[in-house]
Amino acid sequence: ASTLVLAEHDGGSINAASVSAIAAAGSLSKDSSISVLLAGSGPSLQEAAEHAASCHPSISQVLVADSDTFTNPLAEPWAQLVQLVQQRNGYSHVIAASGSFGKNILPRAAALLDVSPVTDVVAISESRQFVRPIYAGNALCTVRYTGADPCMLTIRSTSFPVTSKSAESTSNKSPITQVDLSSFGGDSIGKSRYVKQTSQEAERPDLANARVVVTGGRGLKSAENFKMIEKLAAKLGAAVGATRAAVDAGFVPNDLQVGQTGKIVAPELYMAFGVSGAIQHLAGIRDSKVIVAVNKDADAPIFKVADYGLVGDLFEVIPELVEKLPESK
Amino acid sequence: MKIMVAIKRVVDYAVKIRVKADRTGVETQNVKMSMNPFCEIAIEEALRIKEAGLASEVVAVSMGPAQCVDTLRTGLAMGADRGIHVEATAPLYPLSVAKLLKALIEVEKPGLLLLGKQAIDDDCNQTGQMVAGLLNWPQGTFASKVVIDKEKQAVTVDREVDGGLETLCLDLPAVITTDLRLNQPRYATLPNIMKAKSKPIKKFTPQELNVDVKPDLEVVEVTEPPKRKAGVVLSSVDELIDKLKNEAHVI
Repeated sequence: ASTLVLAEHDGGSINAASVSAIAAAGSLSKDSSISVLLAGSGPSLQEAAEHAASCHPSISQVLVADSDTFTNPLAEPWAQLVQLVQQRNGYSHVIAASGSFGKNILPRAAALLDVSPVTDVVAISESRQFVRPIYAGNALCTVRYTGADPCMLTIRSTSFPVTSKSAESTSNKSPITQVDLSSFGGDSIGKSRYVKQTSQEAERPDLANARVVVTGGRGLKSAENFKMIEKLAAKLGAAVGATRAAVDAGFVPNDLQVGQTGKIVAPELYMAFGVSGAIQHLAGIRDSKVIVAVNKDADAPIFKVADYGLVGDLFEVIPELVEKLPESK
Repeated sequence: MKIMVAIKRVVDYAVKIRVKADRTGVETQNVKMSMNPFCEIAIEEALRIKEAGLASEVVAVSMGPAQCVDTLRTGLAMGADRGIHVEATAPLYPLSVAKLLKALIEVEKPGLLLLGKQAIDDDCNQTGQMVAGLLNWPQGTFASKVVIDKEKQAVTVDREVDGGLETLCLDLPAVITTDLRLNQPRYATLPNIMKAKSKPIKKFTPQELNVDVKPDLEVVEVTEPPKRKAGVVLSSVDELIDKLKNEAHVI
């Protein structure tokens, strides 16, 4: 068995989710060789390749596609690159992390290879059998891929944690090979152009990947009051979330919405204030490790899923928490 | 320009789903079905583009059992001009749906294909990317803003990516998949619901479109996720901080 991992890099190193994808590749089979594919241009790409080569002990080689076409990770050239590399080397599996990078690229590449991909895998039961959540995690579906090589999947990085031990064993550095792009090209390249990237407030972690999420619901009563949630989040180094009710009431923009049709989160700590616990909301938080709920209604459904509940007035509880919680590191 | 919108009939987002006792799937008998919320956003966007004078026609497409016609009628009541139903009784995976869409696009020749970024039943998040790949069209996935430039025959798309927004410019024809922030879909009014009843819906089968829909995936089982155990109710903030620190070790 041989696996190709599509890795995303930024600022000269490959990102943590891609390392999780490498960890997942390692669990596909004991004697699988793992190639990591990076694309980009210039010195930061080569730097990222050096980092990739020593980021995980199970990597056999790093493939680097260096071209101006790949300066930004556009789906059109990337999918064709995956097709090219797959046709040359005949991998049994192709994996990416299920972030916006992998979700954008891997299904397109799968279509070019005439393969049904399996997205958002949370467990690998056999080399071609996977568990993935459906209905926003309200059911788990085990699927088997029965088609021809390669078997293609994206993995949810929170389900494949990288132990600090394996990430540190940098002694073993795998070889770096440049991908021959002389025959690269195609119809769809150039039809999409990168314009710009706007980062959201950089001081706050991204909702979907945050270690701690603090969410406010309708109980906050106003946009003004919602600032209390932001204050608490700042103290905890947490991302801010909101329920659909809070978004619909105009307290916050809807990119903060957590739930079935919003963002699915799986932080270590999820704190919900003034959240009743509608099923669509619970569907988006069920994989959180620890859930804390503060609500003045003792019968609110959120208490049925919360590890720690506090029945009380959030307008008293939040300031007290802000005062007493230790500063985040 | 013609816009094609692919819409899916799914279990209504407000229904609490039940896993079947024999573990073959999720109960869909006698369950309220609706249009996938992301597909509603796709229809809405198509209608707004048409209302802005940038498109001449909105064609809604749905695939699956006979009841998909109801979903198409909902789209027609929102304002789509006509519908296409690809009737299939066996489950269709995204690769098959993408191939069927490609076949329809070769007939209809739309300038833009809009889809929801994912369906809330299988949560695959694949079809748009796959059909774009098959057609060699550029793709703008997870769109939160779409601006069409008629003169340049291009579309600027803001995409919701991890930690921010990415802006791309795509040549038309293109595929766009919608994210939650793109718009607020309208409700169909009663007169429009009545009008929708007489709008045409054309039927196809996969065979007629020359698409092999034999799956390369099989569902082994569908199970309930592990239940969260009931937690404890605490009496004070101090107790909460203590538990988070010393029991859960999360702060």
